[in-house]
Amino acid sequence: MKPTNLNDPEYFHKVVDCQYACPAHTPVPEYIRLIADEKYTEAYMVNWESNVFPGILGRTCDRPCEPACRRGRVEEKPVAICRLKRVAADNKGDVKKHMPQGPFKPNGKKVALIGGGPASLTVARDLAPLGYEIHLFDEWHKGGGMMRTQIPAFRLPEEVLDEEVNYVLDLGIHTYFNHFVHSMKDEILSKDYDAVFVGTGAPSGRKLNLPGFEEAGDNIHIGIEFLASVAFEHKKSIGKKVIVLGGGNTAMDCCRTSRRIGGEDVKVIVRSPFKDMKASPWEIEDAQMEDIPIMNNMPPKEFVVKNGKLKGVIFGKVYADYSSGRRKLIPTGEPDVFIEADDVIIAIGQDNAFPWIERDLGIEFGKWDIPVLHEKTFQSTLPKVFFGGDAAFGPENVITAAAHGHQAAVSMHLFCEGDNLVTDRPDPMTNLYRQKMGIHEWMYDSPVVEDVRYKVGHEDKKKTLRDRKVEVELGFTALEGFKEAQRCLNCDVMTVFDDKLCIECDACMDVCPTDCITFIKNDEEDVLRLNLRVPALNTTQDLYVSETLPTTRVMIKDEDVCLHCGLCAERCPTAAWDMQKYMYSVTKTYEMEGCCSK
Amino acid sequence: MTYIKPTFRHPGLKKNKVGYVRADYEGAISTLCAGCGHDSISGAIVQACFEMSVEPHRLAKLSGIGCSSKTPTYFLSNSHGFNSVHGRMPSVTTGANMANRDLIYLGVSGDGDTASIGMGQFVHAVRRNLNMAYIVMNNGCYGLTKGQDSATTDFGSISKSSGLNDSFQAIDLVGMALELGATFVGRSFSGDKDQLVPMIKAAMSHPGFAFIDCISPCVTFNNNKGSTKSYQFVRDHQEATSTIDFVPHEEEITVDYEAGTSTSVALHDGSKIHLDKLSPNWDPTDRYSAVMRLQEAKLTGDILTGLLYIDPKSRGLHDLMKTSKRPLNSLQEEDLCPGSAALEGINAGFR
Ligand SMILES: Cc1cc2nc3c(=O)[nH]c(=O)nc-3n(C[C@H](O)[C@H](O)[C@H](O)COP(=O)(O)OP(=O)(O)OC[C@H]3O[C@@H](n4cnc5c(N)ncnc54)[C@H](O)[C@@H]3O)c2cc1C
Ligand SMILES: Cc1ncc(C[n+]2csc(CCOP(=O)(O)OP(=O)(O)O)c2C)c(N)n1
Ligand code: SF4
Ligand code: SF4
Ligand code: SF4
Ligand SMILES: [Mg+2]
Repeated sequence: MKPTNLNDPEYFHKVVDCQYACPAHTPVPEYIRLIADEKYTEAYMVNWESNVFPGILGRTCDRPCEPACRRGRVEEKPVAICRLKRVAADNKGDVKKHMPQGPFKPNGKKVALIGGGPASLTVARDLAPLGYEIHLFDEWHKGGGMMRTQIPAFRLPEEVLDEEVNYVLDLGIHTYFNHFVHSMKDEILSKDYDAVFVGTGAPSGRKLNLPGFEEAGDNIHIGIEFLASVAFEHKKSIGKKVIVLGGGNTAMDCCRTSRRIGGEDVKVIVRSPFKDMKASPWEIEDAQMEDIPIMNNMPPKEFVVKNGKLKGVIFGKVYADYSSGRRKLIPTGEPDVFIEADDVIIAIGQDNAFPWIERDLGIEFGKWDIPVLHEKTFQSTLPKVFFGGDAAFGPENVITAAAHGHQAAVSMHLFCEGDNLVTDRPDPMTNLYRQKMGIHEWMYDSPVVEDVRYKVGHEDKKKTLRDRKVEVELGFTALEGFKEAQRCLNCDVMTVFDDKLCIECDACMDVCPTDCITFIKNDEEDVLRLNLRVPALNTTQDLYVSETLPTTRVMIKDEDVCLHCGLCAERCPTAAWDMQKYMYSVTKTYEMEGCCSK
Repeated sequence: MTYIKPTFRHPGLKKNKVGYVRADYEGAISTLCAGCGHDSISGAIVQACFEMSVEPHRLAKLSGIGCSSKTPTYFLSNSHGFNSVHGRMPSVTTGANMANRDLIYLGVSGDGDTASIGMGQFVHAVRRNLNMAYIVMNNGCYGLTKGQDSATTDFGSISKSSGLNDSFQAIDLVGMALELGATFVGRSFSGDKDQLVPMIKAAMSHPGFAFIDCISPCVTFNNNKGSTKSYQFVRDHQEATSTIDFVPHEEEITVDYEAGTSTSVALHDGSKIHLDKLSPNWDPTDRYSAVMRLQEAKLTGDILTGLLYIDPKSRGLHDLMKTSKRPLNSLQEEDLCPGSAALEGINAGFR
């Protein structure tokens, strides 16, 4: 193998599993250390820079970081990264003074943002400090998009949402609320906007046109419409017996919301096996804790309506066959089942819909009505129009919307400056800081604690089911937050090897608790992987390869289960190993100065 | 501040035949200087015991005094141990071994512990062919007492504490062991685990006194330029007599050995030691040739390593003395007390 190229910013970035997995590349271990230090304001700001909505995400994030967390590879459960974010938000001081302070000197450019969800808000935050005049349109009376219309208040209190949406709007954004844009051509492109961002989400809930659907009328609801009307208090009650169709997170929110507005016998019924459900495990768990059974392998066949009133749903019975590689649902031959219901909620997915974008503007659309975009710059086929969030590639989540927003903002800025969107794009900012303080002392807490993952406390079920606005999760206390923070392995503190200093004494290899280090004759990667002290079978994790050493061997470190404990560096007599903190940050528009004004 | 070894281990660690993973053979985290050769030898002992599927409670580790003698704390936490007095490890091991022949005895000592204060004990353990593996972690100095020259410090070698040794010739423990009739004599280097691990395995399987002189740089006091026991010097001057491969009795031989250059030595328990010879005019079972090779290497300034001599017909002390076949702690009254009739008979013999 060739020696590892440490000048590639992605090599060490990949070692920080959580940060690498986070769509916005939030410096997770950095803020976790700040939480352990009780520096909540600083921890909040580290998050705010990267993901704009720490309080919201600390409650609702899809947390792609957690399955990636290294801790999950050395013990059972990853660090509760998401809920730690909330600890920072709950305990922070005055953060506003650390945010950019307007009014900003106008740069003479004007942009339109359509949709007021997390994607547009991120673009707004990133562009405002540069002096852009920003016009934001949304059909509802307040900003936040689906974070407001869809995510129920018992998961995300309105105050938290308002606070973080307002941090953005307070930067001097011109808002046009209660304003549905009906025509891209007439309302936007005909105006003097220098660039346009479309962050309108995926607002069309799928229907299920089975027999009886039309006849059942008002007692069949589309999931996202149902949640929006409950959120805006247009709908305040539901029948006692409710069936929710669908196995995703929307279905979980629908059933739990039903339980709070009159549903007593609420069931989730999925057509395929339980284990194939799309909903996050913790959402399923929370639903089950609220006495909501989930029945599986039951595809709905017919809505039963008598005398103009919905009576229930008939389901078939199937089993899943995976033998062909693609899942097939095959009827078991058992008789169909009828399940009574006063109301049925269909939560089986959403689609993009752009009825308001005329098709003769040069903005091309591909399959499923999804716009044709450059995947890094988010530019559409009409150069001044950009897309992001759910509107770009279909429904995702808040953190992805924020990540798109950052990139779209960079593109829009480059575009307005007349720069090339690809070649003038700024690299991420990186840095390595030595962590040594003394012989056995580092600037980070290197000892590895053994505590298992702490659980977040829940409010009394009697209370939460009575009032849909009572938040279910209580969040970690400061002490729990500290203890959970200590579980973090500090994966951003890198083991950096200097082959010129190594005397090949083996000390690092002998001391490493997880057998990461091997001194061995160089070979092809697949041969080496099998011949290390412990075979490196997780190929998603890189091998760190040194230059050839005097004994003609190379040092190979399997990054897979390194605990970042620093023992290798402590045992090395020559400081050939050093622990260095790696800072990786996605460059934001307001950090680009100089690179664009050439 | 650390000095705490995390308890997490690699989830992919393999189990050996007795169901243990390598981590089960580890000890407390070492307090020796970072980079000390002794730690590397500890690592080799862990590896050897794991690979040999030694049941930890079937092994006793014994030592004297010195940095080297501290190492048993850093390996085999689940084995029996005795940290004795300076230079007295051989007699304590003799006692333990006489009482319980069923354990594997692993003695760890230093060049000071063996070649100075413990010399008298050492030579008798060799002479008696006490069934044990005896490893000297040889750094050519008294590490623990701040690096003074020891009896194995080479003439002309320079160390941090004592400067140039222009007074005394060094004792060569390997040469001495050969002279004294040792039945297994090897030399190795802490920085060469490929050689050291199989040598330790062979030593632990050898029925009788198995001696390993393992050069082990003292990074703090004797790893400087001019020292003949530094990592650099040993790497530059090491000359191996052979590569060594230890094949336990129940395993098949998988390596192809080139005819003519390879020797295979069968041990009493059916295991085999394979030596792929690199040295001419040398036969590992011929004591005389080993002595000669050693002298030649001395003249050329090379540090001869490898398994230098082995007596395949070695018989340990228990065999020689025809002692009890069972450990003393398993003997019951009926085994020990022959009864009054027997006593009468003995007494009658004196009349
Ligand atoms: C029930 C449900 C629960 C969810 N829970 C979570 C969760 O817990 N965690 C998570 O990370 N994600 C969750 N999501 C997904 C998340 O809400 C979205 O991925 C995210 O909000 C997308 O952000 P966005 O900025 O792209 O668009 P959106 O948030 O969808 O915002 C788009 C806004 O634009 C408005 N709009 C659309 N067209 C126009 C127009 N022509 N003119 C004016 N305004 C317009 C819409 O009304 C909306 O307000 C959930 C989604 C649903 C449906
Ligand atoms: C009876 C006695 N005399 C002297 C000492 C002091 N002493 C402690 S260790 C040591 C030398 C150890 O040298 P060595 O065996 O080579 O071990 P190293 O530290 O070099 O590994 C001496 C002289 C002692 N502890 N006990
Ligand atoms: S920091 Fe060093 S000693 Fe600790 S697990 Fe990683 S490689 Fe091993
Ligand atoms: S401890 Fe340091 S000098 Fe020794 S082998 Fe490891 S990196 Fe090299
Ligand atoms: S003084 Fe020398 S022998 Fe003792 S621990 Fe330090 S390096 Fe090893
Ligand atoms: Mg010594």
